[in-house]
Amino acid sequence: MYEIVAKEILNKDVDLMVIKAPLVARNAKPGHFIILRVDDEGERIPLTITEIDGDLVSIIYQKLGYTTRLLGTYNVGDSLSDFVGPLGKAAHIRDIKNVLGIAGGVGAAPLLPQLKEYARRGVKVTLVIGARSKDHLILLDKYKEFCDEILIATDDGSLGTKGFVTDILTELYKTRKFDHTIAIGPLIMMKFVVILNKKHGLKTDVSLNPVMIDGTGMCGNCRVTIGDKTFFACVDGPDFPGEEVNFDELLARQNYYHEEEHVCNLRLVKK
Amino acid sequence: MKLEKIHMRVQDEKERSCNFEEVALGYTLEEAKLEASRCLDCKNPRCVAACPVQVNIPGFIKYLLADDINSAYYQIYDDNILPSICGRVCPQEKQCEGACIVGIKGEPVMIGALERYLGDYALKNDIIMEQHIVENGIKVAIVGSGPAGLACAAGVRKMGYDVDIFEALHEYGGVLKYGIPDFRLPKDIVETEINRLRDMGVRFHKNVIIGKSITIDQLRDDGYEAIFIGSGAGLPSALRVAGENFSGVYYANEFLTRVNLMKSHHFPQSATPVKIGDNVAVVGGGNVAMDAARTAKRLGAKNVFILYRRDKTSLPARLDEVYHAEEEGIDFRLLRNPVEFIGENYILKQVKCEVMELGEPDASGRRRPMPTNTFETFDLDSCIISIGQSPNPLLKDTTEGLEVNKWGGIIVNDHQTSIPGVFAGGDVVSGAATVILAMGAGKDASVEIDKYIKSK
Ligand SMILES: Cc1cc2nc3c(=O)[nH]c(=O)nc-3n(C[C@H](O)[C@H](O)[C@H](O)COP(=O)(O)OP(=O)(O)OC[C@H]3O[C@@H](n4cnc5c(N)ncnc54)[C@H](O)[C@@H]3O)c2cc1C
Ligand SMILES: Cc1cc2nc3c(=O)[nH]c(=O)nc-3n(C[C@H](O)[C@H](O)[C@H](O)COP(=O)(O)OP(=O)(O)OC[C@H]3O[C@@H](n4cnc5c(N)ncnc54)[C@H](O)[C@@H]3O)c2cc1C
Ligand code: SF4
Ligand code: SF4
Ligand code: FES
Repeated sequence: MYEIVAKEILNKDVDLMVIKAPLVARNAKPGHFIILRVDDEGERIPLTITEIDGDLVSIIYQKLGYTTRLLGTYNVGDSLSDFVGPLGKAAHIRDIKNVLGIAGGVGAAPLLPQLKEYARRGVKVTLVIGARSKDHLILLDKYKEFCDEILIATDDGSLGTKGFVTDILTELYKTRKFDHTIAIGPLIMMKFVVILNKKHGLKTDVSLNPVMIDGTGMCGNCRVTIGDKTFFACVDGPDFPGEEVNFDELLARQNYYHEEEHVCNLRLVKK
Repeated sequence: MKLEKIHMRVQDEKERSCNFEEVALGYTLEEAKLEASRCLDCKNPRCVAACPVQVNIPGFIKYLLADDINSAYYQIYDDNILPSICGRVCPQEKQCEGACIVGIKGEPVMIGALERYLGDYALKNDIIMEQHIVENGIKVAIVGSGPAGLACAAGVRKMGYDVDIFEALHEYGGVLKYGIPDFRLPKDIVETEINRLRDMGVRFHKNVIIGKSITIDQLRDDGYEAIFIGSGAGLPSALRVAGENFSGVYYANEFLTRVNLMKSHHFPQSATPVKIGDNVAVVGGGNVAMDAARTAKRLGAKNVFILYRRDKTSLPARLDEVYHAEEEGIDFRLLRNPVEFIGENYILKQVKCEVMELGEPDASGRRRPMPTNTFETFDLDSCIISIGQSPNPLLKDTTEGLEVNKWGGIIVNDHQTSIPGVFAGGDVVSGAATVILAMGAGKDASVEIDKYIKSK
């Protein structure tokens, strides 16, 4: 069992949890993720490692459906059934002078450790962060600690520019140049960021989130088409060059179990 | 001598195609003894030579006939620590039973069924072979809890080593847990066998991926004098045809893992769903394909068909499984080779197959399937690809100096890898094979590990 040693509510949909998991912490690097099972009947879900401190591993999750909402009902002192990692390939930290990070919604969580690592190496970091509203923006305080510049977009205009991250980017590219960009957020956001960036000759690393089960390259559930090749996101990713990702296929795969997820949610209401 | 075997009772075919209970029900003591009495107690038993671990078959049969059930069990246990499991899943017709002399004129002695009887008897009556373990305090690490890892762990533990098994998943048993379905191998049997190893003092650690959570080098730093890799052949082989990544196209590993490990047939009680629809195609002809097809049927699919590119006599699956699949209404569409998946909005709708014919024998001795340039298209809701697995590359990728062959199998010499003190066996060496071969390799490796440590 894996003990929850701290929990922080970041907004009404998003929590941060600190779990005691020495064997996950031992070799974890920015970009790695874990897979957890809340209880004995639970499904296995992947979440990015946002911070490591000794034996402790932090995760940030959006309470989206059955498992993440169930996780949200757990508190300090409770334990999770299973917690395995570090999984995936660590982020490839490039040798560049400045980097642009683009975060959408809870994508701010997986982006954090990568950008922080760039900042630690003295790279100039610009962040464009978007969310539905002011209350849905997460981790701004943590980003402020190391980002050189932060631009905010909210769908309803409650903070920063009213609109999407792509609106900010369109303006930004009129005057600014970047060596490289990393975009993490909903698939649809990443898809449109990549299209826009391509027009400006900018490369975009994206972090893909297909449905996963084992996380060791055994089941093939997490497969994604990159260029015309198949990769298993759990072992070959989750980061891939955005230009080559088949986003539409991945969107279909992600939504395939939509009805069943709904059935599961009904159960949570009953619990 | 009777030429006909004693048939094992099975669950009614109508009933069983809707449940996950075991199909074959096993012998009673009387039936077991009647079947055992058909053995001729050969001087040079061909059956023993054909068993990958040389179980002393006439030996255990004699004890059984003499009503000394415990000794009969111990006799098997000497060579095979998991008789309940091997009795159920060994391809006996190609091994022990295939060689049995009685099989020349009649039906061979049902060695697997007898082994299963004795194994189950021991589990039910808690018969455990007395072993006095003299602790030597030397640490050995085992990677993976499949049959190879379990057999190696049992081997070195008996010699007094301090044994830790590290397993990537949240349950132990490897393919025995996540691959082979309950209706062939009930999971409580696997669980009981694992508990017996625990009772022997083997320690089990779940959720540890060697190469990631702890590297092989770190295991050595942590004081393990030898390491055994039994990480299996977990990587599904791809068909490499268009549309393979459509939703509705599964690899057997995903489909079977959802059901066996994640219990999706109990959804929503268990939170992982599985969706297959009414029309399901399974590509392949081995045990994995039969398991996938029969599982799909039990989940409620109306039409389940097997697409296999050769003919029926070439099906590599265990004979029993092919019979049972036919009885359960699985439709065999033979000499059909999928060449393309057709979908709408990336969701599977149809599979296009090329009709094949048989040509000259190939390297495997079977007649080679040849394309005919005629095609057929079938409507379907899902397709389960079950055409093989190769060794999982994770350990190779994370361990410097670990050499593998061109199929990804770890290269070994007397079970030792290119890294001194690191041993390997089972599917990760041989590629996808069988439970008994994996166990045999694990057991033999335990002897080599002991030699290696003693010679240091
Ligand atoms: C490598 C990786 C890193 C991730 N990091 C984070 C993170 O740091 N924070 C965060 O909030 N989310 C993260 N996610 C997404 C997170 O895994 C899903 O939100 C979660 O699984 C939803 O489960 P649910 O039962 O609560 O919701 P559901 O209602 O079951 O599903 C909602 C959506 O989540 C996705 N999903 C469902 N089950 C799985 C599964 N087993 N594996 C992957 N996706 C699934 C599907 O797209 C689905 O449509 C990550 C995903 C991946 C692949
Ligand atoms: C569906 C199916 C049906 C089959 N039917 C039969 C049958 O009827 N008869 C028969 O004889 N054989 C059958 N087989 C084949 C047989 O199951 C395998 O040959 C056998 O299980 C191989 O044993 P193993 O110990 O080498 O590997 P596995 O059983 O694959 O076990 C390997 C274990 O190692 C774990 N692991 C992998 N990597 C790591 C890591 N880095 N760190 C920690 N743990 C790790 C895995 O999670 C797994 O639990 C079948 C296989 C399948 C898939
Ligand atoms: S282990 Fe398998 S091959 Fe050997 S005797 Fe038993 S059933 Fe036959
Ligand atoms: S070959 Fe057949 S008859 Fe001979 S010992 Fe083996 S089981 Fe008995
Ligand atoms: S999650 Fe199973 S192979 Fe990636």
